[in-house]
Amino acid sequence: MNETVTVRVQKVKKNGIKARLIFFLILVAVLLLVTIFADKIVPYDPYAQDLSLSRLPPSASHWMGTDQYGRDVFSRVVVGAQTSVFSTLALVGVISVFGTIVGTLCGYYGGALDSIVMRISDVCLAFPGLVFALAIAALLGGGVSNAVIALAVISWPKYARVARSQTLALKNGPFVSAARLSGSSSMQMILRHILPNIIGPILVTAMLDIGTMMMELAGLSFLGLGAQPPTAEWGNMMSGGRSMLQTYPWLVLSPGFAIFLTVVIFNLLGDTVRDYMDPKNSRAR
Amino acid sequence: MEPILKVTDLSKSFSRAGKNEFFAVDHVSFEVMPGEILGIVGESGSGKSTIAKLITRQIDATTGTIEIDGQDITKLTGRQLIPVYAKVQMVFQTPAGSFDPRRTLGDGICESLRNKGISKVEREAKARGLLEQCGLSSEFLERYPHQVSGGQCQRAAIARALMCDPRILIFDEATSALDVTVQKQIIELLQQLQREKKLAYLFICHNLALVQQFCDKVLVLYDGKIVEYGLPDDVILYPQSEYARRLVDAIF
Repeated sequence: MNETVTVRVQKVKKNGIKARLIFFLILVAVLLLVTIFADKIVPYDPYAQDLSLSRLPPSASHWMGTDQYGRDVFSRVVVGAQTSVFSTLALVGVISVFGTIVGTLCGYYGGALDSIVMRISDVCLAFPGLVFALAIAALLGGGVSNAVIALAVISWPKYARVARSQTLALKNGPFVSAARLSGSSSMQMILRHILPNIIGPILVTAMLDIGTMMMELAGLSFLGLGAQPPTAEWGNMMSGGRSMLQTYPWLVLSPGFAIFLTVVIFNLLGDTVRDYMDPKNSRAR
Repeated sequence: MEPILKVTDLSKSFSRAGKNEFFAVDHVSFEVMPGEILGIVGESGSGKSTIAKLITRQIDATTGTIEIDGQDITKLTGRQLIPVYAKVQMVFQTPAGSFDPRRTLGDGICESLRNKGISKVEREAKARGLLEQCGLSSEFLERYPHQVSGGQCQRAAIARALMCDPRILIFDEATSALDVTVQKQIIELLQQLQREKKLAYLFICHNLALVQQFCDKVLVLYDGKIVEYGLPDDVILYPQSEYARRLVDAIF
């Protein structure tokens, strides 16, 4: 009696999570579509300057007003998504794959490789991330790709740590031992048995990381070390409008709102993916 | 006749900072002949499972040698061990835990033959035959570990162990996680398989009564050392050591 009630409650909860997951996946899909087709859907050329239209407040023809060179802010925000979203996704993709490979190898083989890599990652984690990234970006010079490289250099250890701890938990477990007794080589065990079983937590970390990385990339651009003017990029645009925050607030608020919205969507998707993967909810799958 | 498994002076120690070395297995020697069933009993922490891990080379021995079918395997590493695993196989204590949760039982059972490069059709045919021998229908090939009961999973694990036609099987408390009726069925299955295939078993267990009816010889382990080694009836009726006497008293 009691058991059926619990099962039903779990099922309802599970369906709720599934609905939420689909909802956020649709939102992300819309966001990505807008980003991909940004060039086609913007009402104005985001780089066309017209000083006679300078600093117009938001109106029906310019939804988010215009900036000091008369460029349409809405068009720039939409096109700016290409730089912000794509570079963030590339960044998270690179660090999650690299970190996972390194962490899994460290966890599996241990020994000197493990000690060396983990000390390097300790250094990366002990340093305030953005400061370290600033130093690297300053060394490499401005530009979106350099900002991505700078953040990648300091951000991979998080994934290496997750992958390493998960691998350590699995590698002496019975099913990995059984695979070894079946004559599997180390590579086969990592690819067939360990990676598929640790990919869940890594995926969740990556999802939740998208928001953080987007903000850090925008932060670097804001400080002048990421995308360079006149490139439409959110951090860059906020930086350009900063001095006019009190007189022409839409110059800062529009890209700020775009960052806020994107980060919230990706974070909520990350939370939902985590709930969905939680073994307490997922046995019914 | 040559023993299929010969363990000589085997020990495993762990060094502890500021303390003496701790011997999990303390200079142990024994033999298993082809077709023989040797039971190892002892309390938790007496080193039973460590012996199983040492023999299957999941951990390295501190001293001593392990010979399988006349071949010293103590120092083999990596790929050199693959032919050894065709002769010695193991069934684990946790039935569900010994199969990859993201793969079907069939994947797990066929893995050893897949690694040898045998075709999918051939290996699945063999797996079906072995599953049937172990009392499971061939549809279990498609099931996932969480979809089957503990007893069914353990039968599948036995089928997996038999896939590469081993000479000796190690059971590390393979029936401990199962309820008594299922335990009895598994023991009957093991007896039948042993008769059919002339297998040797190393049967690690803490159930003395089970050992008495099932094993040809028994070895009692205490604190990593062998305190009794002989025929089950002798050990149980005339225990020589203090620990074995207490163990027998606790049960009968």
